Amino acid sequence: MDQSIDARPAPPSRLTRARRLLATAPFTARLGMVLVAIYAFVAIFAPWIAPYGEVEVVSRIPFDGWSAQHLLGTDQLGRDFLSRLIFGARNSISIALVTTMISFGLGCLLGVFSALIGGFVDQAISRFVDALMSVPDLIFILMILSIFGNSIPNLILIIAVLTSTRFFRISRAAALNVASLDFVEAARVRGESLLWISIHEVFPNVLPLILSELGMRFCFIFLSIAALSFLGVGIQPPLAEWGSMVRDNAALINMGDITPLIPAASIALLAIAVNFVVDWLLNRASGLNEEG
Amino acid sequence: MNRTSHPILSMVASRVGLGLLSLLIVSLVIFFSVSLLPGSYASAILGQNATPEAVAALETRLGLDQPAIWRYLSWLAAAATGDLGQSFAGRPVMAVLGPRLLNTITLASITAVIAVPLAITLGVICARFRGRFIDRFLSTSTLASISLPEFFVAYLMMMIFAVKLQWFPSMAGIRNSMDLGEQLYRMVLPILTLLLVILAHMIRNTRAAILSVMSSPYVEMARLKGESEGRVVTRQALPNAIGPIASVVALNLAYLISGVVVIEVVFVYPGVGQAMIDAVRNRDVPVIQACALIFATAYIGFNLLADIVSIVSNPRLLHPR
Amino acid sequence: MAVEPSPAVLEIRDLRIEAKSSDSWSEIVRGVSLSLRKGEVLGLVGESGAGKSTVGLAALGYLRPGARASGGSVRLLDTELLAIPEEERRRLRGTKVAYVAQSAQAAFNPVHRLMDQITMVAVDRGGLSRAEAEKRAVALFTALQLPDPQHFGARYPHQVSGGQLQRAMVAMAMICNPALIVFDEPTTALDVTTQVEVLISIRKVIEEFGVAAIYITHDLAVVAQIAHRVAVLRYGEVVEEAPIASIMDHPEHPYTQSLWAVHEMPANDPAAEGASAAALLSIERLGARFGTFEVLSDIDLRIGRGETVALVGESGSGKSTLGRVIAGLKAPSGGRALFDGAALPPKLRQRPLDLLRRIQIIYQSADTALNPRQTVRAIVGRPLALYQGLRGAAREKRLIELLRMVELDESHAERLPGQLSGGQKQRVAIARALAAGPELIICDEITSALDKVVQADVLRMMIGLKERLGVSYLFITHDIEVVRAIADRVVVMQHGRIVEQGEKDRVFAPPHEPYTERLLASVPDMAVGWLDRIIAARVA
Repeated sequence: MDQSIDARPAPPSRLTRARRLLATAPFTARLGMVLVAIYAFVAIFAPWIAPYGEVEVVSRIPFDGWSAQHLLGTDQLGRDFLSRLIFGARNSISIALVTTMISFGLGCLLGVFSALIGGFVDQAISRFVDALMSVPDLIFILMILSIFGNSIPNLILIIAVLTSTRFFRISRAAALNVASLDFVEAARVRGESLLWISIHEVFPNVLPLILSELGMRFCFIFLSIAALSFLGVGIQPPLAEWGSMVRDNAALINMGDITPLIPAASIALLAIAVNFVVDWLLNRASGLNEEG
Repeated sequence: MNRTSHPILSMVASRVGLGLLSLLIVSLVIFFSVSLLPGSYASAILGQNATPEAVAALETRLGLDQPAIWRYLSWLAAAATGDLGQSFAGRPVMAVLGPRLLNTITLASITAVIAVPLAITLGVICARFRGRFIDRFLSTSTLASISLPEFFVAYLMMMIFAVKLQWFPSMAGIRNSMDLGEQLYRMVLPILTLLLVILAHMIRNTRAAILSVMSSPYVEMARLKGESEGRVVTRQALPNAIGPIASVVALNLAYLISGVVVIEVVFVYPGVGQAMIDAVRNRDVPVIQACALIFATAYIGFNLLADIVSIVSNPRLLHPR
Repeated sequence: MAVEPSPAVLEIRDLRIEAKSSDSWSEIVRGVSLSLRKGEVLGLVGESGAGKSTVGLAALGYLRPGARASGGSVRLLDTELLAIPEEERRRLRGTKVAYVAQSAQAAFNPVHRLMDQITMVAVDRGGLSRAEAEKRAVALFTALQLPDPQHFGARYPHQVSGGQLQRAMVAMAMICNPALIVFDEPTTALDVTTQVEVLISIRKVIEEFGVAAIYITHDLAVVAQIAHRVAVLRYGEVVEEAPIASIMDHPEHPYTQSLWAVHEMPANDPAAEGASAAALLSIERLGARFGTFEVLSDIDLRIGRGETVALVGESGSGKSTLGRVIAGLKAPSGGRALFDGAALPPKLRQRPLDLLRRIQIIYQSADTALNPRQTVRAIVGRPLALYQGLRGAAREKRLIELLRMVELDESHAERLPGQLSGGQKQRVAIARALAAGPELIICDEITSALDKVVQADVLRMMIGLKERLGVSYLFITHDIEVVRAIADRVVVMQHGRIVEQGEKDRVFAPPHEPYTERLLASVPDMAVGWLDRIIAARVA
């Protein structure tokens, strides 16, 4: 009956499958991936790419215009704008990345733990998370930073804790949902340990969702840090950061100079790129569900 | 029907209860996070002048020698009556925040009145013409626009409309002495920026909420009854998507109250956000606490409203067997 | 075919429909021709994926998203549906041709009152006023024997039962007095006792209003009660078309004959002496509840070694819950269970690994029971490693033996479930259960998602495996035909209680308990005229 299926060639290797997958990606997603790669390159090799140092004062003229020597001019202290932009990539992206990872680990651990334990502990943790989520993030961060003072570790920790509530929610929901699937139940009846079930049965099935959530949260954290720095309570000078570069040079805008918009645009472009990839991942994940 | 209580009433009541519980937890967090302040509260107020005697005197005056739980309860009781205490600068917090709260609410309401109907309409249009040009255009552009930092949108608006075209002022510093027309004129750019920021989010979510219902068998059934595609979306799908749409609207309204901080700063608009940033820079803890409490209340309130809308829009709950 | 005096209501000629599957178009309806006259009912029979629904929807000029007509014609009355613009086709739907969907629960919009949904087409495009339309709806409710026809329409879909809702959908289809109604498996989602009532109603209105109908189903026994003619569809082609009586008596095409596969399976001989065989599982006065609701009460059950016990009942009877209690997935609220003479711990966590090995469970839907991201090798190999500690070559050898036992082979080991057919997936699930070396297998509706021929093959295989391995089955099912084919003993459940149990021959022979009687009497015979007798008996 199903002989036609039997004639199928051996399943393709992982590499070929990955290549085929990429070929099906829409233009926006591919553009996003290329952009993310470029940002990563710039961030990693910043010291080699940047024409000047991060905090090096290279000109006596603050807010100097664009020139051959200083392609994007100089900032309010006479530092090379382009070099600060390049080092900014490194600082902004790495801090956002570290924060995302911490909040991911914290949120997922707690979420799965809470779902598995259930009962009173689960209720208590969930209520607390609900309450945390019912304060607007930016406000909460501002409040905590004003109390503890704004250092980079504080910033990372606070944002990570707040963002972990989202990871908590989705990982808890995923753990509860997946637990009701027949194949997970079958594994439980078989006598498998929770760890085995999580690794072999659950994780591969929720991976696409987790990846897209990671992407979205990275964007959110990245934008939050930029906003905080812009408000002057995030990453502090002399470290180069895109949000604070906008703030420090904002005066130029009223003179019709677009230079301060460049770091803002750099933030926007990375966030757009990540969101394009995430959107594609999400669409693919929902498409898979429809087929299955 | 001679029932003593409709099940929907008890559901709404339990949501209200949960909302109050959330508010209680939040107020606890807000209050007690201050006691984590490195160094004592009083020495933070006094700053440079913190001699041990002065600190002790202030602690007695502020009641800081009382047990923490007692202080929390009296703070909460006072807050419930609208008294949010004294700022470090010595003025009543409500006197500082009151007028600014009014400004923020004005800005938020004008934006909401424009944004909510517009976003829902555009979301419905996207769902109706899914896959066509208008949908793909709006989907891609809203996806891009939710990725933009608010200050980027704000400065872009300022660059285009204030600096280049010179249609509107770049600073939105309104004062009571200005007449209404002047005030509105100065508010155009902040409103435009806010619109761009929240429209994208609401359009995307409205579209997604409707589309998730569009695959239901009853939608296909309506098509098989010969209903036109427009009516399929508005009559069959939309009423079933009210719950999720309400919650995204609530989220955005809450954002309008609280998330405008950045935009208020860019346009120097005298709202609560601006006040909070000033307080943060001066570490004026009572003002910060008050702002956080106000914002959290708005957030919880809007979410509660959305919950209630989605309960009431569910016929299974509204018309039990 | 001779030219008939009454004109054709529907004339489908050489219809071809393509569906898009990952970038390429493949034909799912391949040159179907059908014709239907006024007052005639055509049965469209076939298995899932045969293209029945696609053809049925084409009669409304409707193609599901991702499908396109690539040739042929669909003529409704004097209109060529494939030649006119969608806007005109749309106007015909609901007025000239109407549709009754499989699940009324899903096909009614939850937010609108029944009356509004039923009268909508008539008011919008049928030229009736609201009052006229409502009057007609009430008349239809009466004809369809719905309770309290005057006020029935004021309710919301969730406020009426499944059988009533299905009849309400028939009323919705009839509201504009269309020339043709397409019934798409209208009773498949219902329990058998409800199905009879709906069938009677459908028959009655079709006759009373003289409407032409296409009746789509996978169940020959049902179509035999309703249709005048039957077209058998397979892989998008009509393999046989004939008057109902001649199909039932002399099916010609081998495929049509295979639809009798389960029906014609010989009833198995009850195991040598079921009752005297040593008890593997015995349950006494077992109960279970969800919250305060009692789902199971006072259950006494005994399964002997090598015995097949069929657990029969309608949805909500608690039969699946009983299976889950035995598997340890739900803790009982009381009673006693002995497995092989030792007390069976109520909770999964309290059961040692070897006890878990001895009781296995197979689910209804292999789609959800197999992890879509694991290969067949990983799925079947896991119990071998877990329970027997097999690795490497030894495991591979045993794996291939198991695959052969379920009539697959080593070429399937590399596949993911998505690359297998429905029957093959269920065989993998069976192989996984066998890999444990179990003594009791709980089979929860394991054949109900499968096509008839595959069903018969799987059942035959299960019988063979039992004889070879000496395992016991607890076979949970709602399908009386399956029970006849496989069971040694039968347990009938209703509302969480056992109403009757005993040797199969005894339970199936009169005198019956009242509920068993009703259950058995509700299962349509594979013969024309069964429904006539039921109706006649009611009138009498």
